[in-house]
Amino acid sequence: MGFDWPSALPLIFAGLMGLSILIYVVLDGFDLGVGILFAAAADHEKDTMIGTIGPFWDANETWLVLAAGLLLVAFPLAHGVILTALYMPVFAMLVGLILRGVAFDFRAKVPVHRKGRWNVLFFAGSLIAALSQGYMLGVYVLGLREGVGAIGFGFLVALCLAAAYTAMGAAWLIYKTEGALQEKAVGWLRSALVLTVLGMGAVSLATPLASPRIFDKWFAFPAMLWLAPLPLVTAGLFLLLWRRSAVLPHPQDRYALLPFCTLTVIFALGFAGLAYSFYPYVVPEKLTIWQAAAAPESLAIILAGTLFVLPVIIFYSIYAYRVFGGKATDLSYD
Amino acid sequence: MDPLILSRIQFGANISFHILFPTITIALGWVLLFFKFAYNRTGNDAWMQAYFTWVKVFALSFALGVVSGVTMSFQFGTNWPGYMETVGNIAGPLLAYEILTAFFLEAVFLGIMLFGFRRVSNGMHTLATFLVAFGTTMSAFWILALNSWMQTPAGFEMRDGVAHATDWWAVVFNPSFPWRLIHMLIASGLTVAFLIAAFSALRYLLGDRAASMRKALATGVVIGAVLIPVQIFVGDLHGLNTLEHQPQKVAAMEANWQTRANVPLVLFAIPDEEARENRFEVAIPGGASLILKHSLDGVVPGLDDYIGDHPPVFAVFWAFRIMVGTGLLMLVVSWAAAWCLWRGRELPRPLLWLMVPMGLSGWVATLAGWYTTEIGRQPWLVTGVLKTADAVGPVSGSHVGFTLAAYLALYAVLLVVYLGVLVHLARKAVAEGDPEPAPAAADRALSQPAQPAE
Repeated sequence: MGFDWPSALPLIFAGLMGLSILIYVVLDGFDLGVGILFAAAADHEKDTMIGTIGPFWDANETWLVLAAGLLLVAFPLAHGVILTALYMPVFAMLVGLILRGVAFDFRAKVPVHRKGRWNVLFFAGSLIAALSQGYMLGVYVLGLREGVGAIGFGFLVALCLAAAYTAMGAAWLIYKTEGALQEKAVGWLRSALVLTVLGMGAVSLATPLASPRIFDKWFAFPAMLWLAPLPLVTAGLFLLLWRRSAVLPHPQDRYALLPFCTLTVIFALGFAGLAYSFYPYVVPEKLTIWQAAAAPESLAIILAGTLFVLPVIIFYSIYAYRVFGGKATDLSYD
Repeated sequence: MDPLILSRIQFGANISFHILFPTITIALGWVLLFFKFAYNRTGNDAWMQAYFTWVKVFALSFALGVVSGVTMSFQFGTNWPGYMETVGNIAGPLLAYEILTAFFLEAVFLGIMLFGFRRVSNGMHTLATFLVAFGTTMSAFWILALNSWMQTPAGFEMRDGVAHATDWWAVVFNPSFPWRLIHMLIASGLTVAFLIAAFSALRYLLGDRAASMRKALATGVVIGAVLIPVQIFVGDLHGLNTLEHQPQKVAAMEANWQTRANVPLVLFAIPDEEARENRFEVAIPGGASLILKHSLDGVVPGLDDYIGDHPPVFAVFWAFRIMVGTGLLMLVVSWAAAWCLWRGRELPRPLLWLMVPMGLSGWVATLAGWYTTEIGRQPWLVTGVLKTADAVGPVSGSHVGFTLAAYLALYAVLLVVYLGVLVHLARKAVAEGDPEPAPAAADRALSQPAQPAE
């Protein structure tokens, strides 16, 4: 049997879209988290915190554009259904991202006495964006259901995703800062972790309970066996992070990147779980990736470009992270 | 209210707000590269000071362009699901290539361009500036290919009501694309030229006599004076191309209600769509025939050939006149300023005072031009393929009304703050001078987002 391009292409694009959502959640997750932590930081720490994300946030947000773009171009039918169903939370997220993005620049360029108000908007924008993304995740997990229950669950996931981003932000600060701010960041990380665990637990329980199909996928015999490592490893990593972070920051600044890496793996595992649950649907229980996919010839021409360009993008993104590697303690960028 | 009208206003408002900023960043990237080259060649600090001042404006404009652009990429789905359902096979790859070849390039190297001057070699920093400028232009290339395809679709066939590409070369290089791309790139150059000239003129008027200000002023004036006649010429060719492929749009631009010879060039009129005639018309006999057909008795298509299938006349007619009028004003102002500079004179104060508000002339002309061409495409979203009314989504009017009001309020505030920051940056440059480049001495962030003292 030959390789069947028309059925392989939607699968490849679902993978690419999932990958860019995951990269977005990890990368912009720490940006948004740092923004949320503005609420807890002292004024003199805010410039350093901005310094830790300054050169990156633009490129990080571009992964969201790629994810939305891939949904748009590869699964045009799903794009319409999902985004019209999520009209208001998408709107809230966009307002949040607008506020966050412009406040980032305005706070540094307006007259000094107005800087405080843009700091507040930077925090508010980051929080709104994080909350609305969480709300969308919650509603999506319930199969885009409507009603009070779905809204309530949406708000619960909203809080937990915001907490997870906050944990990412704190972990990033542990890596990029030192001294008093780094010590504070450890405290922030531990507080945010509690809600993160709660959120992942809530989503993990709600997903199978909301759909008998997903329930059967997880709780059928042999599948259960080889799926078991997913929740177990996640739980183990949370435990490791909790214990390790208790002794951070290390005097020689060892393990500074550990919380961030651990959280990234946890996010990836959670994401893998979701992907397994929803496959092969892109609109839960309504449209599979094959039903929603664009024409194969259009997908093929995008894929050709993607395979060539994506490695280049990843290469120069890594280059940029290396250029701005190390601590961002003071504000001089030499 | 009707979700169709509200969705149209919302998308129109978003895209109008959005295009203001790419219009700046597309050309400003190349101007920054020019400043950088001039610095590399002469070693004159004034060029690098001009660079640092304008890289801040670039960063600000870029951020506004990104956030408003993200908004639009979602609105395709939230408000216009019928668009991607019908022409997604064409629009998808073009948008995907824009993201892959332009967005990441700009966003990643922007960080190095803004903050990396002391972290990478000077050559790498110049390369980063080039890649950002190249990225913004690539972005214009792809999005204008898509827009032009919506105006003059080519290289596709319809199967079961869905467009499928048959010839990608024809899709990208569709009949109106080359003219629209050149017209827009020059519009961007003019917008930046007049913005730089206005910013520098304001500094001059506030008492600044810094070398960097003079270099920027001369750069703005010269680019403006050179580009504006080219733009008028290219605009004319673009118009002839539109006459060939979208005659009903040109008929609306000229408010020409009947197909006939000796069509006058209407200078002023209130087009009355009910009565299908012009009120208070002031016109040059035979003018439109002469311009469009290069002969006084040339037959020009009129709106009577397209009853029920032509764009709203009043809006297209006036948008076109605002664009042309602004262009002529730009010609007068930039040539007057260029003449003074060429004669080695200081610019007269009245001219400088005129140049300050002219800083927004590029925006006015660009928006008016886009309104002409986009409203001129109605009632079609994709000419001959998909009507705007058939693409709108099922979201209720009250939802769209609410989000529209919120977007409008947000954009109004951001626009005021943006212009306020430009004025603030100009006043600060007058008071404190431009940021010092001297790589050996500058012990601080080289762009503002991370500076504590700002």
